[in-house]
Amino acid sequence: MSFRERLQAWRYNLIPDHLVGEILTKRWTDNAIPFLVLVATVAAFGTSIPGFFKPFSLQESTRQLGEFSIVVTGLTVVMLGGGIDLSVGSIFALATFAAVSGFFIFELPVWAAFLMAIGTGIAFGALNGYLIGFRRLRAFLTTLVTFIIGRAVFDILVVNYGAAIQTSSASSDVWDFIGDGSIYRISIPVLTALALAIITHIALTRSRPGWHVLAVGGSRRSAHNAGIKVKQTVFMTYVYSGFCASLAGFLIACRLSGAGPGTGLNMEILALTAAVVGGNSLGGGRGSVVKGLMGAIIVLVMNNGLIRLGYGTGTNQMVIGLMLAIAVIIDIRWLKNRHKVLNEVYVAPVYLKMGETQSAVPGSASPYALNNAISKTDYIGLGALEGPEDVILDRDDHLYCGTRHGEIIRYFAPDYSRSEVFAHIGGFPLGLAFDRDGNLISCVGAMGLYSISPDREVKRLSAETRRSWTSVQDDARLRDPNDLDIAPDGRIYFTDSTKRYDAHDWALDSIENRATGRLLVYDPKTGETKTLLDGYRYMNGVCMAHDGKSLFFAESWACRVHRYWLEGPKAGTAECVIKDMPGYPDNINRASDGTYWMAWLGMRTPSFDLSLRHPGFRKRMTRRLPQDDWLFPNINTGGVVKFDETGRIIGTLGDLTGQSHPMVTSMREHKGHLFIGGILNNRVGRLRLEGADEGWTGPLSYWGERA
Amino acid sequence: MDTKKGFDLFILNQERIVLAITAVIFVVASFGLPGFLTPDNLVAVVRSVSVLGILALGMAVVIIGRGIDLSAVAVMAMSVAWYLQMLNAGWSEAGALALVLSGVILIGLVNGFLVAYAEVPAIFVTLASASFVFGYVRSQIITADAVPVPNGHWLQSLGAVQFLDVPVEVFIFATFALIVFLFLRFTKWGRYVYFAGDNPVAARNAGMPVRPMLVLRYTISAILSFIAGLLTAASLHSMNTRVVNSTLFYDIVLVAVIGGIGLSGGKGGVRNVLIGAALTGILLNTMTIIDIPLIYQNLIKSTILLAAIIIDGVLNPRDEQTAQQGDI
Repeated sequence: MSFRERLQAWRYNLIPDHLVGEILTKRWTDNAIPFLVLVATVAAFGTSIPGFFKPFSLQESTRQLGEFSIVVTGLTVVMLGGGIDLSVGSIFALATFAAVSGFFIFELPVWAAFLMAIGTGIAFGALNGYLIGFRRLRAFLTTLVTFIIGRAVFDILVVNYGAAIQTSSASSDVWDFIGDGSIYRISIPVLTALALAIITHIALTRSRPGWHVLAVGGSRRSAHNAGIKVKQTVFMTYVYSGFCASLAGFLIACRLSGAGPGTGLNMEILALTAAVVGGNSLGGGRGSVVKGLMGAIIVLVMNNGLIRLGYGTGTNQMVIGLMLAIAVIIDIRWLKNRHKVLNEVYVAPVYLKMGETQSAVPGSASPYALNNAISKTDYIGLGALEGPEDVILDRDDHLYCGTRHGEIIRYFAPDYSRSEVFAHIGGFPLGLAFDRDGNLISCVGAMGLYSISPDREVKRLSAETRRSWTSVQDDARLRDPNDLDIAPDGRIYFTDSTKRYDAHDWALDSIENRATGRLLVYDPKTGETKTLLDGYRYMNGVCMAHDGKSLFFAESWACRVHRYWLEGPKAGTAECVIKDMPGYPDNINRASDGTYWMAWLGMRTPSFDLSLRHPGFRKRMTRRLPQDDWLFPNINTGGVVKFDETGRIIGTLGDLTGQSHPMVTSMREHKGHLFIGGILNNRVGRLRLEGADEGWTGPLSYWGERA
Repeated sequence: MDTKKGFDLFILNQERIVLAITAVIFVVASFGLPGFLTPDNLVAVVRSVSVLGILALGMAVVIIGRGIDLSAVAVMAMSVAWYLQMLNAGWSEAGALALVLSGVILIGLVNGFLVAYAEVPAIFVTLASASFVFGYVRSQIITADAVPVPNGHWLQSLGAVQFLDVPVEVFIFATFALIVFLFLRFTKWGRYVYFAGDNPVAARNAGMPVRPMLVLRYTISAILSFIAGLLTAASLHSMNTRVVNSTLFYDIVLVAVIGGIGLSGGKGGVRNVLIGAALTGILLNTMTIIDIPLIYQNLIKSTILLAAIIIDGVLNPRDEQTAQQGDI
């Protein structure tokens, strides 16, 4: 191996670039940037302001944070619903005035003052909600105007009644406790904010109204078409925001026992910046209460920090403006380009040097030499079938195969001209096998392991295995269950070809060539699925050995066949029995003479083998070229290979015309005939096998005579 | 669609309703309010709306192109404050003017770029830039809220210039109104403003330079704001930056929207600005003569603006086909 290749192998096989893509697929990466900003902000101001982390200082600053984050929580809900509420500052101020006037001027009890504040907020929110939800006005301008109206009313009230509040002598222990008290050294506003955040979070993520809000924000039209009452939902978000702002207003009324021209000033732009900086998306649908809280802390720490550090008038506005602009730009660009970035970085090819192979040239003395043996078969379902990946025959000689429409089709013996839909599952049924009781078990691509009883009852057996601790990606889900076989004790051994790609992206998996295929076992007694082997390059066909003590499985992109031992001294280990084949192996099935049939889905080419030694080239290829121009495995020529228990190749059947069976993914021997299927083919072929056992059938070989 | 193109007096639209209301207020005030129908007061009305009118012209260009510029007031106040600060610090006239003008154009370009190319909603871009412009100039450049015009500067004398007993601001407003009218009506790019505002996607598909046009509109708005600021400084002999926190912005939107420039874009013109300015000017003047305190004036203005927006929403309902998700 040359030094350059060694370097490539280290670079691409040891550095886990694929994790970048896997991390980017996580929803929580949305939170990463605001969280880092939060930590940086708190650290920066915490170190530059003396005594920032002293308990008293924290308690005082968190009091303000409690009120502010309540307002931000309300605004977050409105934004999730696709709107915006700039009037929160006015609502806050008016609610403060309502509470203060109720308590000091009318000398009402605290609960009545509370109700006055909340009533003010809800009424104001309802006005916004009516105009925006039912009258369908623009949220930004409408709340901007109601903000001015609210502010004007507040200014008038303060001018006229401010003095009366100052001179009142009303007092109450409850009022003072809400304003200054704390429980376990946590102030009342913080406790209220936490309670509200938790309730709102649960409501948004786990209740019907919350889901409706997210649905409306995500896509208003789709939500309407889905029968959600869009107008009411929008209305309610503004009412909720009004409620939150007035709750915060009541708390500050208790704390300051007064209302002045400065109450709630600039709160709308602060709250808006907080909500956006936290990562809530403009236009709705994406975001959470936690993001709003993070943004609230960032903005408030920065705002108060700048004041405490003594920066002059205007610095705050400058910083807030800058933060708002940057946050909004990041939000818009990220939302727009996230999938592009993901496409760019997700495919992370690895280095692999394929072994020298024996020739498959027709006429060469090699056992792999191709011929025209399967170019003339009897076609079954020509033109009516789409994608029979696997074929299987039952005890009554009926033929079953899956289609890409998610159906299993049954062709009736003896001439296979009549057919019916045996069962509809969905997904893409791939591997098939009959169990002892005659249930048809299928690996359904993108769905999992399914069982279809003789009376057509579809049952899901397994769709997940245990998640591994070290995997970034959720590898519990079966992404590409491909083939299965059943041991004499009834356990179902099956493969999941790749953890990184969905079934239809198999070409990308071949280009990446990362070893993520798994062998799994499903135990029908316990209903559990376990992972037996991990780390093979596209694990494909599975077949029980004739004695049922081991199984063979194919590793497609490495062109190898392995044997996995179920019993005996090597139980639980796998060994490679065939390597460096000239073709990519697919399903493996039993033959009547004690050997095995193996399908080749395609043939290796020198060009693709070479590209496997140049991961950088393949990475550039997937980034810069359209998919049609990619180099990927040749699937225009396949074949059927026969091998024995030791891995010796007995012979190869090919189709050099490329017309009947260019790509073979499965074959099944039944009563002296071979039935051939291909995932990209539109027929099943039947080939007469000279000299084969006329009585041999699969069910007989596996389960013996009918019980 | 309105298929009648002729001048039909019996069709009521917002423009005519507003015109009628203006006329009614004018007549009532003329008879009911002493001192309203004097030449001095009428000149004062026109003069008071001149600055507002110029700002509204810039806003109109942006709104017709389906945008909004919340940074207009901040650009107006802070650019002139910066300009005056430099003059007071002894800069040459040409140097200060060139620097401020390039700063103003830069703000317009940045606003336009972020709206057009970064595809950030105009409302957020201009809200952020308004906050930034105010904060930056206030904290880094000027030292007090108000910056006076230096003694003997041409701005001082400009405020006193009169032509046929009418202050020069009125003529400046008229000149800019004419320029904007000619631009919107008779130039190719002016017509593009309407097409882009009516249906941006279709305009882009038809091959119009929709994005450069957006940048142009925000730049025009910024320059007009600067000019309005100069006129303000000329008549007040100083620039008080506290105006940024006042309700001036709402007055601008009020002028534009109340005259009938639909917020959904593609509708209206200079005539609507003039009508809106007339109503607003007469309204403000009347309220001042009746001696309504400022805080009540704010309440009345904002209530009228709300009514205008509601009527706008009824007359120009949002189009589900061209409205985009997240268009708030």
